[in-house]
Amino acid sequence: MSNPTQQDVATTATAVKPALNDTRPHGMRWWTEIGWRHIVGILAVVYALIPVLYIISASVNPLGSVSSTSLIPSEISMVNYTELFTNPSRPFVRWFVNTMLIATVVVLGQIFCSALAAYAFSRFRFRGRRGGLLALLLIQMFPQFLATVALFQMFTMLGEVIPAIGLNTILGYMILLMGGALGQVWLIKGFFDSVPRELDEAAKIDGAGHAQVYFKIILPLVRPILAVTGLLAFVGVIGEFLLASIFLRETGVKTLAVGMYGVLDADRSNNMGWFAAAAVLTAIPVVLLFQYLQKYIVGGITAGAVKG
Amino acid sequence: MSKPTLSTAPPEPRLSRRATGTTAVLPLVVKVLAAGALAGLAVAITPPLIAQQRWAFLAIFWGIIALLVAVYATGRAVPAKYLVPGVLFLVLFVVYPILMTFQLSTTNYGDGTRNSKEVTITRILGTSATQVEGARSFGLAVGTTGTLVDGPFTFFLVDEASGDVFRGDEDGLVELEEGDVTITDDVVTEASGFTMLSRTDINDAGKAGGGLDGFAVPTDTGGIIKAQGFKAVELETPLVYDEVEDTITDTRTGTVYTVQQSGDRSYFTDADGNRLSDQSWEESVGWANYVRIFTDQRISSNFLGIFIWTVVFAVGSVGLTFVLGLILAVVLNDTRLKGQKVYRSVLLLPYAIPGFISLLVWSSFWNTDFGLVNDLLGTDVAWLTNPTTAKFAVLMTNLWMGFPYMFLVATGALQAVPTELKEAASIDGANGFTQFRTVVLPLVLVSVAPLLVASFAFNFNNFNAIQLLTEGGPFTPANPTAGGTDILISYTYRLAFGTAAQQIGFASAISVILFIITGVLAALQFRGTRALEDVN
Repeated sequence: MSNPTQQDVATTATAVKPALNDTRPHGMRWWTEIGWRHIVGILAVVYALIPVLYIISASVNPLGSVSSTSLIPSEISMVNYTELFTNPSRPFVRWFVNTMLIATVVVLGQIFCSALAAYAFSRFRFRGRRGGLLALLLIQMFPQFLATVALFQMFTMLGEVIPAIGLNTILGYMILLMGGALGQVWLIKGFFDSVPRELDEAAKIDGAGHAQVYFKIILPLVRPILAVTGLLAFVGVIGEFLLASIFLRETGVKTLAVGMYGVLDADRSNNMGWFAAAAVLTAIPVVLLFQYLQKYIVGGITAGAVKG
Repeated sequence: MSKPTLSTAPPEPRLSRRATGTTAVLPLVVKVLAAGALAGLAVAITPPLIAQQRWAFLAIFWGIIALLVAVYATGRAVPAKYLVPGVLFLVLFVVYPILMTFQLSTTNYGDGTRNSKEVTITRILGTSATQVEGARSFGLAVGTTGTLVDGPFTFFLVDEASGDVFRGDEDGLVELEEGDVTITDDVVTEASGFTMLSRTDINDAGKAGGGLDGFAVPTDTGGIIKAQGFKAVELETPLVYDEVEDTITDTRTGTVYTVQQSGDRSYFTDADGNRLSDQSWEESVGWANYVRIFTDQRISSNFLGIFIWTVVFAVGSVGLTFVLGLILAVVLNDTRLKGQKVYRSVLLLPYAIPGFISLLVWSSFWNTDFGLVNDLLGTDVAWLTNPTTAKFAVLMTNLWMGFPYMFLVATGALQAVPTELKEAASIDGANGFTQFRTVVLPLVLVSVAPLLVASFAFNFNNFNAIQLLTEGGPFTPANPTAGGTDILISYTYRLAFGTAAQQIGFASAISVILFIITGVLAALQFRGTRALEDVN
């Protein structure tokens, strides 16, 4: 749809002279070809923004209750935000640090493992390679939390031997989430496949080993896709709720998802202000990251599908 | 367990031999660090494993170490060096738990059946025990190797008469040497490897239903040691367990209790059908949990209804989000459109906001009295208390959360459609819509099909979307276990971790069925798409 159609070509050819070097349509033509797109776009923007506006409005509402919150705040106060940093029974800062720590470590670990495996699948030919790729695809369909009970028992036992990675420990929860270590293999492999093999071979002739080729040549080339897969994994870890709700029960080790849910669930009508303020502060870094990586995201998500 | 692989790069032996100068330093450092971490871990973990007699764990642990050494210390099997870290995590924390889930699904494990048969018998004997004259009493301390709430617990006992020190759990009593523990005022205050419980902790854990409730240590002489306040006393029981006959005999009355099945549980029951105790234990029940899913009238009707809604929810979510995302992508994908970037940035927002936040906020939007939806529409609908409107609300919420993703996907796919194809179609005289339908749409569908399948599989088990929005509700008094918006995974979660009596074995059986359904549906759909044909 984005390219000039036959009609456009025809009109430009016969168009009045001043329009010759200005191919943008005007008047009614502008409305039928472009203007209506703005209307749809604005409607979509309104649809996307209303809930966001509501959260922001609720976060500055000093009463903090659902019933007193509207889309346009009638009174602006920072009381909910200061409460985030001062109420020791709802340690927002602690939960925030926990979450960012967990997300960073797990994402780095997952991307590291995924990229390694993707390289093996892309560059080496070995027995069981095709089978391994397909098995990976199938296993990824099973969410880890379907085995929650077994995982719970497993980490109960692990905790008896090594208390540092048992239940109610951040380290244990991180290790648990590393079960998704190969989650991004397919996406990354698609990108490795698009890097010409001649590059590897040239480097090998120069005397580089396979690890050198991988770390020094291939990996830097696929940085954009690593960023995108990292972002997707990051969002996944931050939003993980089920396992965290079972594994992290003590206040000090909770993640934002579990902690904030607990606060809101305790009193849905009156804790909205606190929750909204926490939501705004939680969402800002993620949204900024998304905007920063936006140009890679479109390509990255579809590349996995297109390149298979 | 496999922490070293997480933090360190796989060392590469041949590289260091070939490369010269500074490039050889880094791999060597990495290798030394990895080997050091591995050795340190092995040294740290082996003694407690041996002390706690966890042989299977020990074997797995050393198996992993052997595997890592075999892969990284030799120059063979280069692909393995790249695959081992991820595969190890996948096997340990996904594949193995799946197998464990299957094993659990053939047991009756759950509330009331958490203990082994031995422990249950000790507890039954313990409840009937009474104090006899001249019995030993002890200064009591409780230690744990796990959590202060759930244990596992160990009694540390100091005999008040003789001063002998013992350690006891439900397997029996062990005498300790003087130097093993620290004793202050006839109570053990420190024991290596254990966290000692404070008096408050002991009180909390000892409450009904707590991990210490009913805790009893059998002695060699057939007695039982139980806590009484902050002391422990040896009690005598009239009950005698006969291992050969598998019966318990009451020596006062001569009544013999044998093991009788009732439902999926076993109890010690006398000839008249009176139970000695309501305590049961974990045991294998074969396929009983699976049979129950399909034959128990109430559960099978729940199951079918929930299954249908799960499919509707997954298909509906994918369908709605994709249609809206595609429409927006087509409309906004015009290079002449000013502010295209602004539109994209804003439409990305619902996707960028962490899902749990959106869901919880939306759950308040559907509130009848103060919710934003009724406010904006000027209606007064009790959205989340009627099963039909609640289902609608769930789908609408998921639409808001999911359309940006599909918008991005569709935009990417549209931009990948070759311009020549569209030009050729328009030369053939196709108008805008026909051209879109016959040329662009098929190409877009082919390229996004695998993502749609993945999205379906994700939504099929989209626990958060249900739990954080409606918690599965609304519930009717007639059927308090299955709510109006429950999908299979949220229903299973409640069975296993809900506040009612936990039925973990049964929940595991449903999990296994979910595994199978997810796998079959995904496999079918992948066959339908061409995704797997050009795996190379």
